[in-house]
Amino acid sequence: MTATTFEPIAARPAPVKTEGLIAWTRANLFGNTSTALGTIAIALVLLAIVPRFFSWAFINAVWAKDYDACHTAAGACWGVVAEKFRIIIFGRYPFEEQWRPLVSTAALLGLLVVSCMRAFWKPWLAALWIAVLAFYFTVMYGGSLGLSRVETDRWGGLPLTLLLASLSMSMAFPIALVIALGRRSKLPAIRSVCTVYVELIRGVPLISVLFMASFMFPLLMPQGFNIDVLVRVLAGITLFAAAYMAEVIRGGLQAVPKGQIEAAATLGLSYWQTQRKIVLPQALAMVVPGIMNNFISTFKDTSLVTIVSLYELTGAMSLALNSDANWRPFKIEGYLFIALIYFIFCFSMSRYSTWIEKQVNKSKLR
Amino acid sequence: MSEHIITFDKVNKWYGNNFHVLRDIDLQVKTGERIVVCGPSGSGKSTLIRCINRLEEHQQGHLTVDGVELTDDVKAIDDVRKKVGMVFQQFNLFPHLTVLENLTLSPMWVGKMPKKEAEDRAMAQLERVRIANQAGKYPLQLSGGQQQRVAIARALCLKPKIMLFDEPTSALDPEMIKEVLDVMIEMANQGITMLCVTHEMGFAKAVADRVIFMDQGQIVEQNNPHDFFNNPQSERSRDFLSKILGH
Repeated sequence: MTATTFEPIAARPAPVKTEGLIAWTRANLFGNTSTALGTIAIALVLLAIVPRFFSWAFINAVWAKDYDACHTAAGACWGVVAEKFRIIIFGRYPFEEQWRPLVSTAALLGLLVVSCMRAFWKPWLAALWIAVLAFYFTVMYGGSLGLSRVETDRWGGLPLTLLLASLSMSMAFPIALVIALGRRSKLPAIRSVCTVYVELIRGVPLISVLFMASFMFPLLMPQGFNIDVLVRVLAGITLFAAAYMAEVIRGGLQAVPKGQIEAAATLGLSYWQTQRKIVLPQALAMVVPGIMNNFISTFKDTSLVTIVSLYELTGAMSLALNSDANWRPFKIEGYLFIALIYFIFCFSMSRYSTWIEKQVNKSKLR
Repeated sequence: MSEHIITFDKVNKWYGNNFHVLRDIDLQVKTGERIVVCGPSGSGKSTLIRCINRLEEHQQGHLTVDGVELTDDVKAIDDVRKKVGMVFQQFNLFPHLTVLENLTLSPMWVGKMPKKEAEDRAMAQLERVRIANQAGKYPLQLSGGQQQRVAIARALCLKPKIMLFDEPTSALDPEMIKEVLDVMIEMANQGITMLCVTHEMGFAKAVADRVIFMDQGQIVEQNNPHDFFNNPQSERSRDFLSKILGH
């Protein structure tokens, strides 16, 4: 029997998809009866809704700050946004001083953007955070450099939302890391402290945490001793977010194979070296979507501080309208406006998380 | 100091309360000796070698590695781990680090070696396992055989006195086993003390000074490879050999 020679077939490029719009539509929207019916049903619903919304929001809308026109118009009254813009964005901060939140929030936003970029992930970024936050509080609080003092209970609107969100997220993350590691500790004392913390915090709604931070905490403190309400509320949100985030991170820690830790041990790495160089990079990479979930919900949860009389974006919005009977009927427009602001921030965070996922998964690409 | 680099003295270990995984293990390993440990699954062979670098702790008896007795003393454990390299069945490379970073991690963080020096040492080890051209890739971009060779190089970067292999070829495609065994044979010829859990009997015949056969947590029989394969003393080893060599 003679042996045949094995001749490998040369690799060819994959076929290119050449179908056009019509072919795509036919295949994906009208592929079979049920698909076709679904497509038609959705199209009818859209036809019923979209034009009506469009004419309400744009064609028949009133853009001027004219509440008489608004009351008679068939469409939306965007004049309410134009009229109440400053209160919605800056809350109860003194009107003539509102350049201060503008400047300091611009600095804070710049800091957040810079922190998101890989090129700036250097040790001095921590120093930059401290510098920007010092700037933020100096300008906002005043009392020095010839600026009048503005107590924190006058702070509000978007600057307050961004401050609460960015500070609570950046502080909750390291706390969550420690709690997550603690729940996996070999030492029973550490483990139970961390478990009790998570279960206690998760067992109560954020509103009650804020109530306690705002109203109960001062009762427990000695006479004359007081911590600013903003700080207390910030601590409340931080501790609350940290408990949830800790569980997300713990999920990631559990997904790192035991062999990784054993390999690190055989190489002589200490516990902290193993966590820092081996376990956490892999665990966090796996839970990026979950952590971003936490960040986004923390961002929106800041709207609950209204109940302790801090008027962040949502609170400032109702403040603006409730105090003025002429504009009060146009809540829908107002809420759509702040919904748009929330959406811009949340959607940016979501896109950023997609980018991060791509970065951390580079080692898994073939 | 004796000439023995590893000494097991009546070592016992249990998993949980009931599973007696190592039973009265007595074993002396000479410096430079090459030992192959074989036996059916669940016989305790992996546990035996994992005790040597304290990935598992024994509960009774004494285990001494290069003059250091392994106890709960963390410093002693660190000491021993610096001298003992290990290669796992599942490679256990760090997937988020490049091949080069896998190798330089321990020299830089544990050995406090400057980056340049650690990289030079890593490249030398990668040359040795013939994979230097893959230094910039991530482990998952390599084949199984290549990954295991990287794992061997990583362990060698610590310049260990003792190398432990826990079924290093069991997770590999047949065609890749040879490239890993070739590297191991080369190492064996350089005088490092080796303990290798494997069923590659060809490897055992080629390099082992001694073959240890384990069953149910005990060392059933130990002998030089020639006598072990040609003239096994116990019925249990005969039965085992007939199963793994029979086809």
